[in-house]
Amino acid sequence: MSDTIAPSARRRKHGGGTAKPPKAASLWSDAWHDLRRRPLFIGSAVLIAVILVIAVFPGLFTSVDPLNAASCELAKARQPMSGAHFFGTDNLGCDVYARTLYGARNSIVVGLSTTIVTAVVGGLFGLVAGFKGGAVDTLFSRITEIFFAIPSILGALLILAVFRTGNVWTVTLALAVLAWPMTFRIMRAAVITAKSQDYVVAARALGASAPRIMFRHILPNAVAPVIVVSTINLGTFIAAEAGLSFLGVGLRSPDISWGLMISDARERFLEAPAPLLFPALFLSLTVLAFIMLGDAVRDALDPKLR
Amino acid sequence: MKKTSTPVLPARTAPGDGPLLAVDDLHVEFATRQGVVKAVNGVSYSLNPGETLAVLGESGSGKSVTAQAIMGILDMPPARIPRGEIRFRGTDLLRLPEDQRAQVRGQRISMIFQDALSALNPVFTVGWQISEMFRVHRGMSRRDATKKAVELMDRVRIPAARQRVNDYPHQFSGGMRQRIMIAMAIALDPEVLIADEPTTALDVTVQAQIMELLAELQRESNMGLILITHDLGVVADVADKIAVMYGGRIVENALVHDIYRSPAHPYTKGLLDSIPRVDLKGQELYAIKGMPPNLLDMPQGCAFHPRCPYRQDDCVTDAPPLYEVGPTRGSACHYWREVFDDSRR
Amino acid sequence: MTAAGEPILEVRDLVKHFPLHQGILLKKQVGAIKAVDGVSFDLRRGETLGIVGESGCGKSTLAKVLMALERPTSGSVKINGREIANARGAELKKVRRNIQMVMQDPYTSLNPRMTVGDIIGEPYEIHPEVAPKGDRRRRVQELLEVVGLNPEHVNRYPHQFSGGQRQRIGIARGLALQPEIIVCDEPVSALDVSIQAQVVNLLERLQREFGLAYIFIAHDLSVVRHISDRVGVMYLGKMVEIGTDVEIYDRPAHPYTQALLSAVPVPDPDGRERRERIVLQGDPPSPANPPSGCRFRTRCWKAQDICAQQEPLLQIRPGTGHASACHFAETHDVVHV
Repeated sequence: MSDTIAPSARRRKHGGGTAKPPKAASLWSDAWHDLRRRPLFIGSAVLIAVILVIAVFPGLFTSVDPLNAASCELAKARQPMSGAHFFGTDNLGCDVYARTLYGARNSIVVGLSTTIVTAVVGGLFGLVAGFKGGAVDTLFSRITEIFFAIPSILGALLILAVFRTGNVWTVTLALAVLAWPMTFRIMRAAVITAKSQDYVVAARALGASAPRIMFRHILPNAVAPVIVVSTINLGTFIAAEAGLSFLGVGLRSPDISWGLMISDARERFLEAPAPLLFPALFLSLTVLAFIMLGDAVRDALDPKLR
Repeated sequence: MKKTSTPVLPARTAPGDGPLLAVDDLHVEFATRQGVVKAVNGVSYSLNPGETLAVLGESGSGKSVTAQAIMGILDMPPARIPRGEIRFRGTDLLRLPEDQRAQVRGQRISMIFQDALSALNPVFTVGWQISEMFRVHRGMSRRDATKKAVELMDRVRIPAARQRVNDYPHQFSGGMRQRIMIAMAIALDPEVLIADEPTTALDVTVQAQIMELLAELQRESNMGLILITHDLGVVADVADKIAVMYGGRIVENALVHDIYRSPAHPYTKGLLDSIPRVDLKGQELYAIKGMPPNLLDMPQGCAFHPRCPYRQDDCVTDAPPLYEVGPTRGSACHYWREVFDDSRR
Repeated sequence: MTAAGEPILEVRDLVKHFPLHQGILLKKQVGAIKAVDGVSFDLRRGETLGIVGESGCGKSTLAKVLMALERPTSGSVKINGREIANARGAELKKVRRNIQMVMQDPYTSLNPRMTVGDIIGEPYEIHPEVAPKGDRRRRVQELLEVVGLNPEHVNRYPHQFSGGQRQRIGIARGLALQPEIIVCDEPVSALDVSIQAQVVNLLERLQREFGLAYIFIAHDLSVVRHISDRVGVMYLGKMVEIGTDVEIYDRPAHPYTQALLSAVPVPDPDGRERRERIVLQGDPPSPANPPSGCRFRTRCWKAQDICAQQEPLLQIRPGTGHASACHFAETHDVVHV
């Protein structure tokens, strides 16, 4: 369980400078009320809940510990599906079912931590740039344009090549560096819209300080699109991690990753399709679930965003 | 009015014994997530050539929805018209096939809106947008259509029309944009013009210009004008007759002079009484208490009863029909006699 | 209410120009929108000064400058003798306690993510010295009651109220700091007709109860007449006429005021044939490039050469008992009530 403690510590570190989340305003409870009736939301939420449970407690679903090298027997390589190995075994004789379940954790960790970093960094910069305007805004906007100009796969390859190691944190960093400008733009646009609202003028007329206007009036009204995009992005980050691992610059053995499993199994795909198909299926379902969730959240928070 | 199985659109010159346009027992409802909203509940009114009918009401009274139903520009669904007729020169528009309906829309019945800026397309010049009417509906060449557009801009008194025909909507002031929209609306000589709050967004001096323009165009072409508004002053200035709407119904209809002299519905009376008057300066204004009804949760009986000073027990249970107050007027109030007597004082 | 006593608000030669820039990198000022261009008036304690004029006349910019939301280009605004035009920081914050505003649109002027209690209580969070912490909830509930709302609704959100009720919430927020001046910028024009009278009555009642002075900006001339002790008429950044309500409405001296009054539709169909109509031609010129001399001359039927050469000052003119800015000022009752 050692690597599940690390992300929460990171999260705290990154979350330190941001505002506390807006307190449950009625629009949120309205949105929640609305969400609970949507089949799209229920379906994706159930799916995500199952994936999360698998990611946190994979041991609940299998007695095999794929992180232990002793669990693989070369002699039993590429066995078909059976009672002992639900999804068969891979090239090295490891249990595909157990490895697929254990692979969920890294995907979720990369997805969640990248999302949090981009939301916090992009959101905070967007808030400041949108609120301050002028030179600050110009500076931030030009910087994000530079990032936008970098082709993302190439950029990630480059960053990971610099680090020379591929693990959950370097992959997170590579993805976050390239993804925060998008959150920044969305936040900035939402802040600029909120800034000109009459209630902000009213707060200024009362003599409210800049931080109060930013965090009490603007942020709660500008955060919804960032939440929507972050939810959708979570799925795409998971897919991107798999892609990078597949290319050999993301996670590396002995870490377990769906992308890595797909990569390992592709050579012998025709004779043993299961070691490729099952991680691919889990990957697709997970990505789909987050994108569907994002759609449902968007509809609930603001139908106009569609 | 005889009904044929396949309604046919009568010619412009059809003598027709009935009114130019008659709305009869129209119902419009909207399916929303919170339930069915009954926006219009049995509205009837009629319009003759050259006549100005003012439809007076607040937001949510159903005045604009009725107009949109006449134009056939309601989105269906969510809107639905479960009952009613809209007869144009005797033909029920609601039973007309869509291709024929399209020949009515914009050509024989046209409409102008409150917000001229959003009603005009920002990426085309105004000349192009006005002349489009002639190119599409009359098959004119681009050259001839542009010439007609300049003529129309002259007619709605846009200064230097020839120079401005190639300008874009945002280059005009609010009043001038409204004139452009009027030019488009009258381009094909409609028999009915519906003006939905045409001057609400405009200043009073510009409003006066636009109302004068509409009156003049109406005199020239003898078209019927339906003026949808919430402004009692504008109504008094231009209307021949009034239909007052509240909660999706007509609560009072009358000739304009009658209604201002002696309203026969408590809502109309309340509106007129709440106008600030010079001789009452320093006193409290009369105010109708309470709020307009929630369309999702209409009061039982008469929709106005929670706010009404004349309320009796039966108002809570029985919705009043439109009682005949006189040969040309009606009031949907069980106690219209009391209201009428009070308002004559 | 007679307007006696010392002025609580003194505005002198107030100017607000918004510079127009050209160029992207090296910004060059190429001109200015002269939104407010030399406006002076006094407001006395407990008095209502109505400001009328059409869009672009500068009345909303005037409100923003009075509220210190915009810094004036030049001129002076004194509240109780204290200059606020250049006040900053803590000093400005102190001034704000004395001047508050009610905005036009009740749908956008309340933060949708805050409860009514938080909205009305926010002034106390910003100015904690006004009310001790334990006292705030009670004060908020009192304010709700004062504006005619149920004090138990403190935990509701704005969208649970109707337009008229939201406007009452906005008024309660404006009252929280017990200001002496409230700037009302079109406070009823976004409301349903049947609700407007309720809000006008509320504003008048609060004025009597708390001795408030109002700057009442509106385009509805009949509402302005009803509520105002004095009325100022603005055109293209200038005050063209100012006087008591009777002077402005019954004896207007400036041609623009006369045209404005004659354009107002009167809810009396019987008189419509008899009424005098002055329909102005064209639109007001752009405030970025106002005409020389008198700004109204391009639309005025009295205009002569002098109007282009010499700007008429706002002063009492022969034959009129109140100040107007026209070389040919002449009282004329256009409305004939």
